[in-house]
Amino acid sequence: MHRYANPARFLRLAKAILPYSSGLAVLLLGSGLWFALVGSPADYQQGDSMRIMYVHVPSAWMGMVCYVAMAVLSAMALIWKHPLADLLARATAPVGAAFTLLCLITGSLWGKPMWGTWWVWDARLTSMLILLFLYLGYMALIDAFDDPERGSKAGAILALVGAVNIPVIKFSVDWWNTLHQPASVVKMGGPAIDPSMLLPLLLMAFGFKAYWVTVLLLRGRAEIAAQKIRVLRLAQVHASSRGE
Amino acid sequence: MESLHALFAMGGYAGYVWPAYGISVVVLIGVLVVSVRQVRCREAELERLQGPRRERRGSPAGAGS
Amino acid sequence: MTRKQRRLYFVLLGLVALGAASALILTAISDSLVYFYTPSDLVGKPQPEGRRMRIGGLVQDHSVIRDGKSVTFVVTDLTHGLPVTYAGILPDLFREGQGVVVEGKMGTDGTFLAAEVLAKHDEKYMPKDVADALKKSGQWKEPKAN
Repeated sequence: MHRYANPARFLRLAKAILPYSSGLAVLLLGSGLWFALVGSPADYQQGDSMRIMYVHVPSAWMGMVCYVAMAVLSAMALIWKHPLADLLARATAPVGAAFTLLCLITGSLWGKPMWGTWWVWDARLTSMLILLFLYLGYMALIDAFDDPERGSKAGAILALVGAVNIPVIKFSVDWWNTLHQPASVVKMGGPAIDPSMLLPLLLMAFGFKAYWVTVLLLRGRAEIAAQKIRVLRLAQVHASSRGE
Repeated sequence: MESLHALFAMGGYAGYVWPAYGISVVVLIGVLVVSVRQVRCREAELERLQGPRRERRGSPAGAGS
Repeated sequence: MTRKQRRLYFVLLGLVALGAASALILTAISDSLVYFYTPSDLVGKPQPEGRRMRIGGLVQDHSVIRDGKSVTFVVTDLTHGLPVTYAGILPDLFREGQGVVVEGKMGTDGTFLAAEVLAKHDEKYMPKDVADALKKSGQWKEPKAN
């Protein structure tokens, strides 16, 4: 693990992976969109409104995956003081927040015609909203201190504390009576979704993943550069105060 | 074409499906654009800061890694 | 033990404590986290008059009666049924045998006065022709009551 502690190594890795992840994202999202909107049938009870699922579910999955990554990276930063972990956690937070927001908005647009309402305070929707607040809280906390290291530490603790929300989101539809329906894909007994609809869903899901990797690599590079700039500026201040 | 019309109509749910996809595209592209701009801006600034120092000292001072 | 190990233990301990505390709190308030009660939940539990609540279940087959501006139907969880009256517009997906959640209060005569009716759909996704084929071959599985 400490092999990758070296930012130079990360940057080399990023450079190598970036063209592939972005190419894959374009391919998967492009074909996914076609299958989602054109190349798949409408649902027997929800009609064409069900097509919203092809953006709603991948957003939800990525919102949760991103948070788990953020929590794991935070643990690595707190426990092993891994220098890159902090930077990558900061990098991924806004992306996760965007996914979660997208999940809530598309869910609302789907809920209005199907359920008859834009929003309900059931366990699934409420815990997803809490996830969004956790992201926003994290993003505010990491920049709230003059010393970025203190901010990172505070954010890391918030990320870890909030991680308990992830199993709550996943199992909310099983543990409590909710308006949101139970799981269709990851459940005992196999997916409850027709193969012709599973295909666009998986294409979009993996497309979202490839997109996330791409954006994360870019933002990771930006965070590393920002860190170096901070250090250089600090060194310059010391140098000039020593009268060099 | 009839199927193009069907595509736009989305079985009567057009007012929900197209905004959902529209917002998704806007957000995903938006996050990408912001991230690309941020990387370019920061790496350019790093170049600027490292350039003159490299000439003076021969190698950047550790960069804190 | 090293400082690093001590840090690890503290973090783990903190997380375990937090997890336990959350679990306890969640079980304690679980009742109010429930989005709806089932008709069976109400049996034998007299509800205070005028208390707003939500009941969920299936729309009982052949129970929907439209009467001018209002409609009556029965919400069932396949064990107990609850009669409901509603004076608004029903959602698209509302139909007999389909999931439903009604919000309102219990009336004096044992009928639930719904202020809002929401349709609840199951987690199955399939094209219309697959659904038709399943129904024809007698393999169609009715939705569960919650």
